[in-house]
Amino acid sequence: MSTTLTTTAEAPPAAPARPAYRVTGRRVLASEWAKLWSLRSTWITLGLGLLFLVAFGLIAANHYKSGIGSPHRDRDFATATAVSLSLFGTNFAQLALGVLGVLVTAGEYSTGMIRSTLAAVPRRLPVLWSKAAVFGLVALVVATLGAFVAFGFGSAIVSGTPAAMGFTHAGVVRSLLGAGLYLGLVGVIGTALGALLRSVAGGISVLVASLMLVPGLISLLPSSWQDHISPYLPSSAGESMFALTHDSTTLSPTAGLLVFLGWTVLALAGAGYRLVRSDV
Amino acid sequence: MIDAQQLTKRYGEKTAVDGLDFAVKPGTVTGFLGPNGAGKSTTMRMIVGLDAPTSGSVTVNGRRYAGHQAPLQEVGALLEAKSIHPGRSAYNHLLALALTHGIPRRRVDEVIEMAGLGSVAKKRAGAFSLGMGQRLGIAAALLGDPQTVMLDEPVNGLDPEGVLWIRNLLKALADEGRTVFVSSHLMSEMALVADHLIIVGRGRLLADTTVGDLVREAGGDTVQVATEEPARLREALAGPGVDITGRAGSEELQVAGLSAREIGLKAAEHRIALFELTARTVSLEEAFMNLTRDAVEYHGSTTVDPLETAARPA
Repeated sequence: MSTTLTTTAEAPPAAPARPAYRVTGRRVLASEWAKLWSLRSTWITLGLGLLFLVAFGLIAANHYKSGIGSPHRDRDFATATAVSLSLFGTNFAQLALGVLGVLVTAGEYSTGMIRSTLAAVPRRLPVLWSKAAVFGLVALVVATLGAFVAFGFGSAIVSGTPAAMGFTHAGVVRSLLGAGLYLGLVGVIGTALGALLRSVAGGISVLVASLMLVPGLISLLPSSWQDHISPYLPSSAGESMFALTHDSTTLSPTAGLLVFLGWTVLALAGAGYRLVRSDV
Repeated sequence: MIDAQQLTKRYGEKTAVDGLDFAVKPGTVTGFLGPNGAGKSTTMRMIVGLDAPTSGSVTVNGRRYAGHQAPLQEVGALLEAKSIHPGRSAYNHLLALALTHGIPRRRVDEVIEMAGLGSVAKKRAGAFSLGMGQRLGIAAALLGDPQTVMLDEPVNGLDPEGVLWIRNLLKALADEGRTVFVSSHLMSEMALVADHLIIVGRGRLLADTTVGDLVREAGGDTVQVATEEPARLREALAGPGVDITGRAGSEELQVAGLSAREIGLKAAEHRIALFELTARTVSLEEAFMNLTRDAVEYHGSTTVDPLETAARPA
């Protein structure tokens, strides 16, 4: 009996040189990269995000230019710069990129793909990190590209007006990079919310609420409270990442980045907790 | 090799899987049988770590599924519910899974061919018929060349050719020394492929047995004989391993342990006239129904007592 045991241990009969596969972090990243690009919705939504960013920037710049000299000039435009006009589309682009982020994770739950994904990577967390990293990076690249293109055209449109600025102006490049980084992080928050709520509709609702509705609600609070809360909201903190000028009611770009990173980490932590703890 | 020990899963008040103990061994096809709602799918999800057991444990090849370096190489699973993104092509779906393990593209092409998906591999999986979807699921299960193959209701939605393909595939996989674990609520289907059976009802283990044993325990193969002289026939047939039953005064006898042919020859030898000689095989279906009768979750009620309903005061 003992002899048979030893022989089987030395030479397992059903293992004629099986290839040694192995799950690694880099491979999970590669898989998520392939998954992202193999869906048509990715191309469409990224295209939309880029279009919003550039098109709305151009529209705002044109609107500004055509309004110069007219007596009914928008008061909003009084402090406008080439940067603020060109980045007007950020609000719309963040919707496209945030929604795509939600789809990247919550879409797997709504379709059932998540069962295949987690059966292949049962440790689970690498999937979340990879999705967030891959999509965050893609959103960052697309948004940075969009921001620079929008400013390139926008600044050409408003040249010769009080808003005129060039790439060499102090703070311009930082603002444009800040906008790209902000939108990249919005994408990451989208993936985190999708994984946290496991529902496309729920993820999008919370994303839109936290970026667009909560600031409006805060304005209902007494103003002494507002001053303390408002700068730290995701939307305001994010905005200070790419605003050219800052005053006492807004955070500095670095502080804005840190606060926004804090929100991102919070969303990711919640997503990670739910991913590990709940059945799928 | 799958090893479940006191495996239990509760969803709130409801116990889906209740202290299951079983082992699925390599080299044979093991059928996992039970009525709808018996806990088969939940058990399979726990095996691949999608659901966490409330208590107890289940291991695959000696380890928790998530503890393996290359899980897809240990267990290839086809789960009941759809597990694909409908917007992705079959090829890209398989490639995404392969990439996590460093499985080469060559292997992706191989399983696509094996599953007969060659002509539709580049099409969106959402446009697949039920049968094509099953084939894609099976291709994904075989992707990692796994030691253990686990399929939940694999013949669902397959055409006769597909059913035959599955049967042959399962047998071939078992013959290669792999562990093959297949669930079904159809005994007839299992009888054709499985050697070993694990039968559950309401989350509990009802039987862990072989196909032959199940039939034997359920009454086995008996022969019904009718004769004018039952007492003489009893004497003529009596012997070791022969079991004869029959009501007193009745001409009918049930004989177990002898074939109809042997009984006929014995009767002729003793010049006993027979009126009937019928071999009765308890079908696996009957054996299964007997076993699970009390454990069926959702009875179709065909016998509503009209009197009781009518007599109840409003």
